Amino acid sequence: MSAQNRIKGHGQLSLAKTINFTFDGTTYQGLEGDTLASALLANGVHLAGRSFKYHRPRGILSAGPEEPNALVNIARDSTRSQPNIRATVQELYDGLTAESQNRWPSLAFDFSAINDGLAPFFPAGFYYKTFKWPPKAWDKLYEPIIRAAAGLGKSPAEADPDRYANRYAHCDVLIAGGGIAGLTAALAAAKAGKKIILCDENPNFGGAILYDNALEIDGLSATEWVEKAVAELAALENVRLLTRTTAFGYYAQNFVALAERVTEHMAEPDPALPRERLWQVRAKEVILATGAIERHLVFADNDRPGIMLASAAQKYLNQYGVAIGANVGVFTACDSAWAAAFDLKKAGVNIAAIVDLRDNPPLELQEKAQTCGIRILRGYTVTKTSGRLRVQSISVQPINGGTVEQIRVDALLNSAGWTPSVHLFSQSRGKLKWHQDRDLFLPDIYVQDCISIGACNGTFDENELIAEAQAAGNATRKKAKAIRIENQSSWAGNAIGAAPGAGPSDNVKAFVDFQNDVTAKDIRLAVREGMHSIEHVKRFTTTGMATDQGKLSNMHGLAIAAEQLGKNLPDVGLTTFRAPYTPVTFSTIANHARGPLFDPTRKTPMHQWAVDKGAVFEDVGPWKRAWYFPKAGEDMHAAVNRECVAVRKKAGIFDATTLGKIEITGPDAAEFLNRLYTNPWTKLGVGRCRYGIMCREDGFIYDDGVIGRITDDRFHVTTTTGGAPRVMNHMEDYLQTEFTDLDVHLTSTSEQWAVIAVQGPLAREIIEPLVEGIDLSHEAMPHMSVREGKICGVPTRLFRMSFTGEMGFEINVPADYGESVWQAVYAQGEPRGLTPYGTEAMHVLRAEKGYIIVGQDTDGTVTPHDAGLSWAIGKAKPDFVGKRGMRRPDLVAEGRRQLVGLRTKNPKVVLEEGAQIVATPGQTVPPAIPPAIPMKMIGFVTSSYWSEALGHSIALALVEDGHSLEGDTLYVPMEDRTIEVEVSGCVFYDLDGGRLNGKN
Amino acid sequence: MLLIHCPYCEEERPEVEFAGAGEAHIDRPKDMNAMSDAEFEKFFFIRDNPKGVNYERWRHIHGCGRFFNAARDTVSDKFLTTYKSGEKKPEVATQKPVQGAKK
Amino acid sequence: MRNYSVFSLAREALRGHKGWAEQWRSPEPKKSYDVIIVGAGGHGLATAYYLAKEHGITNVAVIEKGWLGGGNTGRNTTIIRSNYLYDESAGIYNHAIKLWEGLSQELNYNIMFSQRGVMMLAHNVHDVQVFKRHIHANRLNGVDNAWLTPEQAKEFCPPLNISKQARYPVMGAALQRKGGTARHDAVAWGYARGASDRGVDIIQQCEVTGINRDAAGNVTGVETTKGTINAKKVGVVAAGHSSVLMQMADIQMPLESFPLQALVSEPVKPIMPCVVMSNTVHAYISQSDKGELVIGAGTDQYTSYSQTGGLHILTHTLDAIVEMFPIFSRMKMLRSWGGIVDVTPDRSPILAKTPVSGLYVNCGWGTGGFKATPGSGHVFAHTIARDEPHEINAGFTLERFRNGRLIDEAAAAAVAH
Repeated sequence: MSAQNRIKGHGQLSLAKTINFTFDGTTYQGLEGDTLASALLANGVHLAGRSFKYHRPRGILSAGPEEPNALVNIARDSTRSQPNIRATVQELYDGLTAESQNRWPSLAFDFSAINDGLAPFFPAGFYYKTFKWPPKAWDKLYEPIIRAAAGLGKSPAEADPDRYANRYAHCDVLIAGGGIAGLTAALAAAKAGKKIILCDENPNFGGAILYDNALEIDGLSATEWVEKAVAELAALENVRLLTRTTAFGYYAQNFVALAERVTEHMAEPDPALPRERLWQVRAKEVILATGAIERHLVFADNDRPGIMLASAAQKYLNQYGVAIGANVGVFTACDSAWAAAFDLKKAGVNIAAIVDLRDNPPLELQEKAQTCGIRILRGYTVTKTSGRLRVQSISVQPINGGTVEQIRVDALLNSAGWTPSVHLFSQSRGKLKWHQDRDLFLPDIYVQDCISIGACNGTFDENELIAEAQAAGNATRKKAKAIRIENQSSWAGNAIGAAPGAGPSDNVKAFVDFQNDVTAKDIRLAVREGMHSIEHVKRFTTTGMATDQGKLSNMHGLAIAAEQLGKNLPDVGLTTFRAPYTPVTFSTIANHARGPLFDPTRKTPMHQWAVDKGAVFEDVGPWKRAWYFPKAGEDMHAAVNRECVAVRKKAGIFDATTLGKIEITGPDAAEFLNRLYTNPWTKLGVGRCRYGIMCREDGFIYDDGVIGRITDDRFHVTTTTGGAPRVMNHMEDYLQTEFTDLDVHLTSTSEQWAVIAVQGPLAREIIEPLVEGIDLSHEAMPHMSVREGKICGVPTRLFRMSFTGEMGFEINVPADYGESVWQAVYAQGEPRGLTPYGTEAMHVLRAEKGYIIVGQDTDGTVTPHDAGLSWAIGKAKPDFVGKRGMRRPDLVAEGRRQLVGLRTKNPKVVLEEGAQIVATPGQTVPPAIPPAIPMKMIGFVTSSYWSEALGHSIALALVEDGHSLEGDTLYVPMEDRTIEVEVSGCVFYDLDGGRLNGKN
Repeated sequence: MLLIHCPYCEEERPEVEFAGAGEAHIDRPKDMNAMSDAEFEKFFFIRDNPKGVNYERWRHIHGCGRFFNAARDTVSDKFLTTYKSGEKKPEVATQKPVQGAKK
Repeated sequence: MRNYSVFSLAREALRGHKGWAEQWRSPEPKKSYDVIIVGAGGHGLATAYYLAKEHGITNVAVIEKGWLGGGNTGRNTTIIRSNYLYDESAGIYNHAIKLWEGLSQELNYNIMFSQRGVMMLAHNVHDVQVFKRHIHANRLNGVDNAWLTPEQAKEFCPPLNISKQARYPVMGAALQRKGGTARHDAVAWGYARGASDRGVDIIQQCEVTGINRDAAGNVTGVETTKGTINAKKVGVVAAGHSSVLMQMADIQMPLESFPLQALVSEPVKPIMPCVVMSNTVHAYISQSDKGELVIGAGTDQYTSYSQTGGLHILTHTLDAIVEMFPIFSRMKMLRSWGGIVDVTPDRSPILAKTPVSGLYVNCGWGTGGFKATPGSGHVFAHTIARDEPHEINAGFTLERFRNGRLIDEAAAAAVAH
């Protein structure tokens, strides 16, 4: 299709550079540099979408990010489908495929448009008043219907293959907005030697002056001046220019987030490029030069396709060479729409009339209109429009009554004046002030190092703007070179609220918020219903909550509410502006953190060995730990049984590297441990180890681990895998801020040591040949001792300790040697039956011995006494962290949950971890009808396994007063049955512990 | 993301290098055992939580590792000062915002 | 009170909706009331409503420094569930669920309670253990909560990524089918309308600046920006500002106030059928009736009354969302905002009498107060009216921080080992 509305000799695009695109299946031709909207308009297409609620046909209203209507879905392929894209922002590329949204079966004929006829039944907030009966019908019937009707586009259905990037940047000055104000400030700041970043959301710098054909700056046209300014800036090393980059969030301490659209305008993006890039900028100063947005007028049926903001029409003509119609009306309260009309007229478009709400628009405008032969209707309003899929006529009437005249048009420009874009200023937490004389909210109180210049500061006069921008860019320079401005057009004139003809007594649909279908009537209804704060009005009517975030509607909504309330506008309040300024892609914010980069994966030096052995891994915090090592045909259960038996009968090898390790040194190291752990440490001999419990002040178990004394003033502390960072932090906290009298140093050595546990009756004979300089005999190195020496020629700290109940060693070697030592030990032991075992077998083995796992058998509410670890509390110690907390009334009261063992009456039954325990069977689950035995849970199963070594199941549980219940029968009520259990001690295997010493 | 001045490193670093560590100037009593339950409650659970200047602890956990104190306005989130742990609580006044553009 | 129904709506449709009255009155404060509730959020308004309805105490003022429902009530992600571990928690949240179920009819206001199910994801063995513990305890407390395999979770929520290749693969999920969402504003408005109709005065734009007591230390009323208002009973329901309010009566609280952020996407057609929560990867998501994906983030690490937080918190949240739901990668964040949540040391609320006679406090709901709104208001009204707690809130005392009888839901979900 040819582009019939492209006017030769207008616009800044080259007519030679044509490209094809499709919209709703029809192929059209556009030009390089077009937006989707300008290309559609060039082809005479105004109808671009349907509204949210009434499904009214909607056209392209604006030429920028404030667009509420022309939202489309663009899909490069099935994985790159994107809903709700503003046609007014999307740059055209060859092959672009767009589809309209929220309509069925077609955009021109939408079945749901029936809602429009039923609109009287759907006023603001109608859903609060109905759909209540029958009670069950809401989420079964009404809600699904409402949900299906709501929503605009469709969510992508496939994972996104694109890449997103992130940059941090620092600068002296960040300038948001590259219009005339931003460019001027940038030039001034750059020349003063400041490091600056200048960003603009558009593909080109220049902003609103790019479509101001009359303006002359220093004798140059606006476009020439912009070109020169940009070239000058681009040549400077201290300047970074970012186009297609929206400053969307202004956070504390001048931290500003920018979203750069890198490839969205390209027909065939280079796969090396990210789709979008997040810039996180920390600026010493921020200059806000975000301009202003023209408002629409609120009048009857102001939403028909073909009705457009005046500045948008001017931009489509002067930048894109597109006439939005052939016979165009103008309805305005602002001077700038006149200029748009003159430009269109000059391009050969008939201007049917300029209808101005004001009785006396500036004389020079009137004279100019007369010269061009444009009819002027002063003090008139538009009372009605007609046309279903495109506006066909407007009805005009003098404001103070009189004859209504119908004027045929095929498009209507309208303007209610300009709203400064104070969004970022407001996000910076600055306070706005209402200027009654100008009907504007303008920046007033600044709380961050920033400054607003130009239109966003209410400075519409270009001369004042230049001075303001130069001063902002370089406050210290004495005198900036004057810039000569000629032929500037005026932005004076304002109308906020409903236009005459859409007042409280007029029964018309005058839209305030287009996308969400909020009319002036809805706002008044909200006020009548008691919504007196603008936040209530907003929430009740949903005005300003659509994807354009109220850029057009906020001021009108506020004014109509204020009028209805009989209050001054600022007394109704102003909704808070929050990030983002325009919607930002999730992944632009998430960027690299996807898949494996979502969270770093920690692996031990022996990880690959386990992978090669076919281990199944589990996630423990950031770690991947070998869970079990299934052989061919084995399920988890079989593998774990085999691994457990191997450890009990022969020997097993286990990767314990993930445990946290902390080296504590210094003359007061033992005293430090005395204070941080419940146990006493002073008398622990060099070369010996002890199991330690750590509490916080509240007296609950916080962490545990084996601690070895290497020398008098050096301890090797181990922590739980998950607890390592917080234990280190806890220790540092006390050392730095409380126990400052102690001479102690802490070093995290978790990354330095690889830990190989060799456990089982054959453990000693397997490692003995590899060890140098350490006597491994039971007499020389008993259970719970530590020696330094060498293994496989590598320095080692060798612990004799056991988390399995078997005689065992934990070989600590420098992490870099972890894999080779592991391999050597495995080679040595494998012929004797040394079996690798994973965390699951480790859990079974330790549970057979009643060793707790902090976080599984304790949960932050368990004291050492509760856990049966009273023996580990140094009673003679005057103080330790947790000692006082443990004495609090509830912590010494009767009825505390205490750790016990459980044996199921049927030995084959393995309890489920987390299952609850009751004292008597037959208790009734609420809300049962009495008579019933009320449900009283007295505890729960913390650990439960099948013990292959014992031939029956075993479990640990926390049970009220459990320590006194040994031998009692308790009950575990499951969904389908109740399991009888007998309370036992926590140790199930090798009760006297002989095997630890290599006996039994 | 806040920007925090570490009094040990003597430079401003981004918040992600730091870990907040709660209210400052709560000393662990020398004789914990002498505390009543009410005193323990106050020590361990009760917090000022002021709307205004908060004296709080931070740790430069991904930096020098030191704990230090800060006075910060919880209404504006502005840091008024940071100081080394063990130093006396400084008197600070909240800053008045600037009317009209700064310059 | 004008009845809301499809019939009244139709009648009004024919006359331009001119007949609707204010949903609540906006009176000037009287000199004195029987009870003053400080804070017109959901919990405060519900308290006033139940004081009037259940206890016949209608001479009540609800005093609000901003606009009603404008605090955390209007800023939360509206998740409702009751699958808490401890009896006390299950008790109060399940009490709330039962009230939620009939609330639209009771208030004659559609609060859009939608029992679309709340699914909590388990990503490691520890999560599985913790969720199973919850499920068993919930079953015996009469609270529905069921275990789902990853495949069942995917069936319930098709956009969910259950790939084994995910960084933290889904190992299963706990599903509470009776959980869901409600329309937060409607909850505040419905209670406000119901309370106002029963005679409760809701005084907005009126800040409490002091709590007055007589020589014996008993509460006599409050000082406000609209003058002194007397009452023998004052209930503080001020969420993030509870510490500030209670300080006015010289009570220091075991509370800290943190920023909590949330965000919504642009609206799209129905895609998320339920609520999904993941504690391990830190994200909560549902889809509103308008079509927006509603996403909850975590708290910042410092206390604040600023109602703003850092971008890196949202970054972390969206990382998690995109990881769990790769199809939402190209969706766009439309709005983000922050609230102030008051957090107790054990993450359970305080709903109790105080050491000051006539002063009652309802606070400490942390990040999860919305779901409790009806239950909280109901038992708090009882506590104020009878000057003793209802059996459901008997455990949520201030004294527990002295005697150690905590209700530690957070500890019970202990950090992975």
